Amino acid sequence: MVSYVIRRLLQAALVMLVVAFVSFSLFRFAGDPVNNMVGQEATQADRQALRDRLGLNDPFPIQFANFVIDALQGEFGISYRLQRPVEDLIVERMPATLELVAVSAVLALITGIPLGVYCGIHRESWISRTLLTLSLVGVSLPTFVIGILLIYLFSVQMLWLPSFGRGEVVQLGWWSTGFLTVSGWHALILPSITLSLFQLTLILRLVRSEMLEVMRTDYIKFARARGLSDRAINFGHALKNTLVPVITIVGLNIGSLIAFSIITETVFNWPGMGLLFIKAVQFADVPIMAAYLTMVAFVFVSINLMVDLLYYAVDPRLKVDKGAAVGRLS
Amino acid sequence: MRQVAYAVGLAAAVAFAGGASAKTLNWASQGDALTMDPHAQNEGPTGTMSAQVYDTLILRDSKLAKIPGLAVSWKPVEAAVWEFKLRENVKFHEGQAFNADDVVFSFQRALSETSDFKNYVNSIETVDKVDDFTVRITTKGPNPILPDQISSIRIMDKEWSEQHGVQVPQNYKEKEETYAVRNANGTGPFVLTKRDPDIETRMKLNESWWGWGVSDPKTNVTEVIYRPIANPATRVAALLSGELDFVLDPPLQDLARIKATPGLKVEEINQIRTIFYGLDTGAEKLRHTEVEGGNPFRNPKVREAMYRAIDIDTIRKKTMRGLSFPAGIITSPGVHGYTEALDQRLGYDPDAARKLLADAGYPNGFKVQLDCPNDRYNNDEAICQATVGMLARIGIEVSLNARSKSIHFKSLQNKESDFYMLGWGVPTLDSHYVFSYLAASKGSWNFTGLSDARLDELTTQMETETDAAKRDAMIQEAWEILKTSNAYLPLHHQVIAWGLKDGLTLPIVPNDSPQFRTAQWK
Repeated sequence: MVSYVIRRLLQAALVMLVVAFVSFSLFRFAGDPVNNMVGQEATQADRQALRDRLGLNDPFPIQFANFVIDALQGEFGISYRLQRPVEDLIVERMPATLELVAVSAVLALITGIPLGVYCGIHRESWISRTLLTLSLVGVSLPTFVIGILLIYLFSVQMLWLPSFGRGEVVQLGWWSTGFLTVSGWHALILPSITLSLFQLTLILRLVRSEMLEVMRTDYIKFARARGLSDRAINFGHALKNTLVPVITIVGLNIGSLIAFSIITETVFNWPGMGLLFIKAVQFADVPIMAAYLTMVAFVFVSINLMVDLLYYAVDPRLKVDKGAAVGRLS
Repeated sequence: MRQVAYAVGLAAAVAFAGGASAKTLNWASQGDALTMDPHAQNEGPTGTMSAQVYDTLILRDSKLAKIPGLAVSWKPVEAAVWEFKLRENVKFHEGQAFNADDVVFSFQRALSETSDFKNYVNSIETVDKVDDFTVRITTKGPNPILPDQISSIRIMDKEWSEQHGVQVPQNYKEKEETYAVRNANGTGPFVLTKRDPDIETRMKLNESWWGWGVSDPKTNVTEVIYRPIANPATRVAALLSGELDFVLDPPLQDLARIKATPGLKVEEINQIRTIFYGLDTGAEKLRHTEVEGGNPFRNPKVREAMYRAIDIDTIRKKTMRGLSFPAGIITSPGVHGYTEALDQRLGYDPDAARKLLADAGYPNGFKVQLDCPNDRYNNDEAICQATVGMLARIGIEVSLNARSKSIHFKSLQNKESDFYMLGWGVPTLDSHYVFSYLAASKGSWNFTGLSDARLDELTTQMETETDAAKRDAMIQEAWEILKTSNAYLPLHHQVIAWGLKDGLTLPIVPNDSPQFRTAQWK
């Protein structure tokens, strides 16, 4: 048990280090932050002096080593663009992204699962066919097109919902929440629909195909033979068994929702981490880019680690150590 | 449906107009100010934000003419000494009295190592307090354009800066944020009440600003709320839906849409920024392509041929949708030294261009790489694409290298480009600024290899010439030399367009920096 966990943790640390290295070496191609940090009047000497102050003249291995050492202490330096410590900025922006992701995930689940069940049971009805066709649109339309379309319809034409921003937020300690104000909820509607649409269609199609699969199995036939009600069969037996892969996919997708909310955040000017990152890329703001990518890697690595540990808890085969297992088999 | 929506929108607008909320002004632009520290970043949006809160000794009106600010008058008392009489009874937002100490302090701050305004004030030898409301600035030599230069230097309070430890601007070596990044205490027309960078900045009216009724009639805007919106489509949508009153930078392709929307208007003016190409006339060989006989740009005939091959009217009509003024020199109307005669272009004439190329020894043209930014100027990449086609017609095969500004400008500074696009604005509004950076052989943005002894001499002389007529003659001569060299191929003066609500009056300023003190709601 202990050795399994330690092995996993070591692997996770290695992955983090590799991600940090790759992203850090990519920044050399992101351009020159110095040019964005001084006016056009600055002389070459001024520019050199600023480069020295930023440590951009150090050789690459030294820059990387400094980055890793600081990052281990939770320090990511000071943003070139906003002139504030990066950790503060990320902590400030995190609630916006997490609230958006949470609402989107819930939205995708509570609409995706019932619709998927419906399509799985009534596979021939015209409603299912329409839903399936529409879901294709959801999968294939790029997020920013959906976002712009929603803005055009609901903000510009109907004047119902705000086209950008988070509305009014309430500060609960360090956490800023939009859940406690009307304008906060209004502002959440369009971005969360945009972000959830892909997940929704994915869940719908997954649940549908799993339902079709399960409905063919022997135990469902047996349940029918026992004379159980449709409701008990569909929801009590079939749905429960379809949920295992759905939960796995949704769990893994939370990570990508956090990482890929970038586009939705850009379209709706949602002040989360994704927007912070995009602006950092445009400015060649290396400290923010490095911190963001490291953080995203950390989210993925931790989710994977948790999944691994959950498997360990769920799957009894992993608990038996190898020697004993071999012994029993022989 | 549409009509209904508009009707609802108008009704809502009318309903709002009756209430107190009409006095707020909601606006947006692409990028937020980088800091509130008035000396840390010499960059457009940052200057715009600072200008609402901080005053300068000399202000600019909406036509960019110099008007008295914290100085009521100024005059040269000796060849290299300017004397400024300061305004009395001015208070900073937090209540401190304004006096000569603050001016001396602010200039020292602007001269410090981490200031980004050093180059506006580096002609200054000393700044001395004569009495509480008189200051003398001694320059290293006579400096006729000092008043223009210091109209960018904002005045901070000495005690406040000392109290918060912000005697110098942000140093990136310290991994901390300084107090002045998100806090401000100026004497300006608006008071900073909330600064949440990238998200929201709020300013309320400074009722007791010295300038109400002096430099400007008092505005009826009581609060200015700024929220940057990076995505251009979202920015326009927010203006169309009425959530914003003013958008600083609507994309050119959406202007027609905004104009056609009831209740909205577009204001346009030519910007103090000219877009042009630079040719490296100095290098022995081109860096990116092999051309027999060495660098073709060394030959003036080749440069003229390329100039004549560019069909600027087509670029204006098709690429810029009519929003540009074709240029004959690389500075804009409004800059001292600009004349309409200088701004005449060489005619578009592809036949003459082909002949010039043949005369120069390139009857079959040559290959060259054009380096362009794709996120800096209006339609920058599209202009370059159009140029590639136009030069192909005279046999010059251009490969286009379009890239982000943070890569483009670094590459230019490393002198890695043969043929590049650049745009140039002139904050001092004097031609000398253009020569010293772009034309002088040591100019820090002169990547053309241009090195003309007379031009260098004139550039140095106009720094210290105090006789206006003589100086103007120097500027004229320098422009003629630069223009005839064709080391730069001028394209056009950029146009600024602002999108506003009909009820809002906000004079458009050629430096693209809105002055909210001049705003009025109907």
